[in-house]
Amino acid sequence: MARYLLTRAWQSALTLLLSTIVVFVGVRALPGDPALALAGEDRSPEALEAIRRHYGLDQPLPVQFAQYVERVAQGDFGVSIRTGTPVSSMLTTALPVTVELSVLAIAIASLLGVGAGVLAAVRRGRPAEWFANALALIGLSVPHFWLGLLAILYLSVATGLFPASGFVPLLEDPVDNLHHIVLPAVILGTGLAAIIMRQTRSAMLDSLSSDYVRTAKAKGLRPRAVVTRHALRNSLIVVVTVVGLQLGGLISGAVVTEQIFGLPGFGKMTIDAVFQRDYPVIQAVVLLTATAYIVINFFVDLLYSVIDPRIRVTGNPA
Amino acid sequence: MTTAPASTATTVLEMRDLSVSFPTETGTVSAVDGAALDLAAGEIVGMVGESGCGKSVTGMSIAGLLPGSARVTGSVRLNGTELVGARESALRRVRGREIAYIFQEPMTSLNPVLTVGRQIGEVLQVHERMSRRAAHARAVELLTLVGIPSATHRVGAYPHQLSGGMRQRVMIAMAVACGPKVLVADEPTTALDVTVQAGILQVLRDLRDRLGTSILIITHDLGVIADIADRVVVMYAGRVVERAPVTDLFARPYHHYTAGLLSASPKPGRHASTARLAEIPGLVPVLSTQPDACTFADRCPAADARCRESAPPLEVAGDGTDHLAACWHPCPPQPREANR
Repeated sequence: MARYLLTRAWQSALTLLLSTIVVFVGVRALPGDPALALAGEDRSPEALEAIRRHYGLDQPLPVQFAQYVERVAQGDFGVSIRTGTPVSSMLTTALPVTVELSVLAIAIASLLGVGAGVLAAVRRGRPAEWFANALALIGLSVPHFWLGLLAILYLSVATGLFPASGFVPLLEDPVDNLHHIVLPAVILGTGLAAIIMRQTRSAMLDSLSSDYVRTAKAKGLRPRAVVTRHALRNSLIVVVTVVGLQLGGLISGAVVTEQIFGLPGFGKMTIDAVFQRDYPVIQAVVLLTATAYIVINFFVDLLYSVIDPRIRVTGNPA
Repeated sequence: MTTAPASTATTVLEMRDLSVSFPTETGTVSAVDGAALDLAAGEIVGMVGESGCGKSVTGMSIAGLLPGSARVTGSVRLNGTELVGARESALRRVRGREIAYIFQEPMTSLNPVLTVGRQIGEVLQVHERMSRRAAHARAVELLTLVGIPSATHRVGAYPHQLSGGMRQRVMIAMAVACGPKVLVADEPTTALDVTVQAGILQVLRDLRDRLGTSILIITHDLGVIADIADRVVVMYAGRVVERAPVTDLFARPYHHYTAGLLSASPKPGRHASTARLAEIPGLVPVLSTQPDACTFADRCPAADARCRESAPPLEVAGDGTDHLAACWHPCPPQPREANR
């Protein structure tokens, strides 16, 4: 087990370094000269030169990279070329919004998706399955922005049950914070729930027809114990994989929902930075997204080994 | 359709006229037709037949383990209590406590993500209301009982960490945890090495001797039957075609199918290595309805018009009262030479 952990940690570190390099090189390969974008009206060669020197853009790439890594290690992501604010302070306001939204959305999606998936598998061929399938199809095919707009229209504007937009930090007022974030989280969670439901259902159908479930029944266990302890436990690998992937995607992928509900999150920050060729911000955003994926994957692998003892021994998800 | 055998006072399990059919997309498939069987206390009965003859379905139907789509009629009584059509909750109390199962493939029949101790303990927690700790301690004793060395250590192992033979021993430990009256062993040695098979059969025999468990052993292997069974039931295409004490059956089969089975299995010294084993021509039919005819007629060397017009009942054959066969034209003596 310790060896498995160590191997996975080492792999994660290596992936992180590689993604840093890719991010660094990739941003510099983007078309357009940031010095030109910054210079505005004054595009004299002297002015451009001064800007390049000020931001270290005149140094050779390896030197720039070394300086970059050193600064990042100290939590310094540089200063936004556009606004002049430190990127780290932009992140401290934007990240908590997105992390809270994502975690809440994924929690809702998991509860809904796993519950409906198990139900659909256990009640196969009966009304409960058709109902769950139909709901999942709707969840998959209805666009989120439309669902979000409907929710704002009926639950905020018409009835005033929820605020239509804005955000209050969790630490400032937890109740008001939840009030603001529940609706976007539910909207975001429903589409994800549909995917989790489909995956859970097919994994459960597999385990329910397995020999060990027959054994569990032959032991005289209650249906609930057969389903949860035996069938679901063996289906969890699939569920954890899907949920992990979705959580990673949410960190950078909640843009539309954030936009509709006026949440000052990570997604909005990313879009703005890309349009304005704000190198330091793009770098920070991409690096953080990559890190989020790597960390989440590490925990997913950790969970694999908790769920399935065979993975602990071979070191591979078999 | 069957004559009940001389039922003794100690009969534990009584199966009468059991029929099972499954609805499929192409129509109903009849898997078992009028099977009858008795298990006395401490008796080992072997059920033998080709794949698809309905022997596993018969075994599964005893404790109502068939899928919900199966249509089961007839009667299975455990100490006089009817199990066919019993409520699910009543069957749950029987399963694992009074009737326990061992299956063919111990790797897939054990849950890969739970320790063997947990899986054995589970039965005790459900039926004996033991605490998890007490169940764990009992699991160690059970593992020792079925001959697993260093049981205190192995109780925490996962199925993939054990050999095939050990896994099957774990299955047996799990099955006998609550001291069941009946043990249904469905091809318990088929997936195992020959050397391991003997050990598993020995464990089953020991359990019978020590706990008085009645065992129904389902197999296609006549060697296993000869080794362990007291009595044999031969099944063909969903019907019981012959039933006899094991020595009688091997010495003098009456049904041509039984005779065919016997000559299709190797015997040391016979034919040396020159001759091929005899085979029974044709395949087991898949039946949508059970015809009023002998289902073996198409493959039988002795079949005539009568065999195709009416089904032979399972009747006392020969001198003994406990040797029964369902055949209009029973085999002559020394059938192994007579059969090709």
